[in-house]
Amino acid sequence: MIAIGERINGMFTDVKKAIADKDKKVIQDLAKRQTEAGATYLDINVGTAAADQAATISWLVETIQETCRTPLCLDSQKPDVIAAGLKAADTSNGILLNSSPLNKKSDEDVLDKYIEMAEQAGPEGKLITLTMDKNGVPQDVDTRVAIAAEIVQKAMEKGFATDRLFIDPIILPVNVPNAQIQPTNILDAIGQIKYLAEPAPHITMGLSNLSQGTTQRSLINRVFLAMALSHGADSAIVDVLDEKLMDVLATTEILLNKQLYSDSYLKAYKGR
Amino acid sequence: MPVPKIAESFKGSVSRVTLGATSQSGGTRTSTVVVGGAGNVVYGGSSDQVGERPVIAMDVLDSPPDDWSEHLAKEYADVLDSPGAWAKKCVDQFGAELICIKFDGLHPDKGDKGADHAVKVTKEVLEAVGVPLVLWGCGNDEKDNQIMPKVSEAAKGENCLIGTVTEDNYKSLTAIALADGHNLITEAPLDINIGKQVNILAADMGFPLERIVTFQATGALGYGIEYSYSIQERQRLAALSGDKMMAMPSICDVGNEAWRTKEAKTPDAPQWGDADKRGPMWEAATAICLLQAGTDILRMRHPKAVSTVKNFISELWED
Repeated sequence: MIAIGERINGMFTDVKKAIADKDKKVIQDLAKRQTEAGATYLDINVGTAAADQAATISWLVETIQETCRTPLCLDSQKPDVIAAGLKAADTSNGILLNSSPLNKKSDEDVLDKYIEMAEQAGPEGKLITLTMDKNGVPQDVDTRVAIAAEIVQKAMEKGFATDRLFIDPIILPVNVPNAQIQPTNILDAIGQIKYLAEPAPHITMGLSNLSQGTTQRSLINRVFLAMALSHGADSAIVDVLDEKLMDVLATTEILLNKQLYSDSYLKAYKGR
Repeated sequence: MPVPKIAESFKGSVSRVTLGATSQSGGTRTSTVVVGGAGNVVYGGSSDQVGERPVIAMDVLDSPPDDWSEHLAKEYADVLDSPGAWAKKCVDQFGAELICIKFDGLHPDKGDKGADHAVKVTKEVLEAVGVPLVLWGCGNDEKDNQIMPKVSEAAKGENCLIGTVTEDNYKSLTAIALADGHNLITEAPLDINIGKQVNILAADMGFPLERIVTFQATGALGYGIEYSYSIQERQRLAALSGDKMMAMPSICDVGNEAWRTKEAKTPDAPQWGDADKRGPMWEAATAICLLQAGTDILRMRHPKAVSTVKNFISELWED
C-alpha cells in the first residue's frame, strides 16, 4: 500500500507551533520518524497555521528536504500554494499533489490546473483527486463513481496516465447523524472506481477523518483500513506512527496475497 | 497467435551484486563478476531491463569425490586431488567465470577434514586462479560453524560469495561474512516463505540486503525442477513488485543435482542413449530451464554442459 504520512499538518498543535516558531527540528523529526515507520509519501499541509500559506509550504518543503529524501505530498486546495511548494520541491524522487475536485463553482478549471502541475513535476508527478464537484460532496455511491469517471476521462483527454491518478472517495466521520451508511458506500464506490480505467487509478482516502470525534479513533481507523484494502483501495493518508495500524496494514497485505508471508513479516514490512 | 508485448513497468528490480575484488579494491582477483539487475520478467520488457548476463560457477571439490559418475570424473581425472589445478583447468580450458569451492570433505560422513585443510585449499585456489570465488560449506551445521569462519578469514578482502546460512543456522557465518567483507548465500528448502524469512534474519543482523544471493534449493530435470522453477519465478515477481526482502539475485546448484539422477549417472542403459552424452545433456537441460525461470548463477560440473549453456546464454543475452 502507498502510505501517505499525515502528521505534518498545521492542524496538529505541535506542527502549528513549529511553524509559528520556525522550529525546524520538530518538522524534521516528524519527517524522519514517519519515513522510518514506512511512509511512502509525507503529506504537507499548512492548514490554518500561517497566514501566508505559499511561503509556509515552501519553508516546510525546504526544511524536510534538508534531512529527508522521502517523496512529498503537497496538500492544499489552493493551486498557488501547491505551485509554491512545487517550486521548492526536489521532484526527482516523485511527488504527489493533494488534491483537486472535478470542478468548483469558483473555479471550473481547477482540475486542469492540478493535472498540468502534476504533469510538469516530471514523470513521477502524481495527483490526488476528490469525488466532489461544484455541487459538493456526494453522499451516494453512484454520484461518487460518476464523478470519478469524469475525472478519469479528463485525465485521459489530457494525456495524463491513469496510474498517475489517485481518487479519494471522501470519507466522512462515522458519528455524523444519519451518515453511518457512508463507510459502506465508500467501499462500494471503491469496488467500482478501480475498474474505470486500465491501468487502474490508485484509490486513497483520508482515513483519520472517519473516526473524527469518536471515542475509539485508532480502532475504527485500523478496522476500516483492512476493509478498504480488501475492496481495492491501495493507498491511504494515515498516521503511520500508529504501530498497530501499520501492523494491520502489513497483515492485510499478507492475507490479500500482496506480500509474501514470512514469520517476521511485520519486521520486513517496516524495513521496506 | 501474436506474441504479447510485455511493456509492463514494475516498481522494483533485482539488486546487483558484485563478486570478487581486484587490487584496486583490496583483493587479488584479476576479474570481477556482476550479477542481478533485472527489471522485468525473463526475456520481458526493453533491453535496459534485462539486467546482467547469468554466469556459471564451476564446481571444484576440496577433496576427490568418491561418488561421481565415471563419465563426469574422467574429465577431471588429472586434477581431482589438486583443487588449485582443478580450478585452473576450469578457468583456462572451460572458461569458468567463477569457481565454487564445495567443501564436501568437511562433512563427518565424507572425510571429516579440519580447518587447516580447508584454509589450505582456499589459499591454493585463490593463488591458482584470478576469477572470484564461491565458498560453499558441507551442509553439516556444526562443522560449517566451526570451519567456514576460518575459510572466510583466509579469503578476507576477496569479496567472495560465501554460504550457506539457513533459518536455523545463520548467526556465525553471517557475522563472519560481514566482518570479512564477503557476500552471503541464504538458503531455504524450496519454500518461498522461509526464503524470505532467512533474508530478514540476516538483514536483522546488519547484513546489507544488496550483498545477499539466495539459494532456494534446486531440483533437477525430472526430480522436482518444477518446484525450483516456480520458486525462482515467484522470487523474481516479488522483487519486481518492490519486496526488498526478496530482491536478490539467485544461485542454483545444477551440477550436483543433475548428476545425482539415474538418467545422468547410470553407465549401462543403452535404451537411454550414449552415457557420455546423457549426463551433460541432463545437466544442460536443467540449467537452461532454470535460466528461463530467472536464476542468475548456475553451479555446474561437466565441461560439455558448461559449453552448451554458455552458448545458450550468449545467444539470448546478446551484448
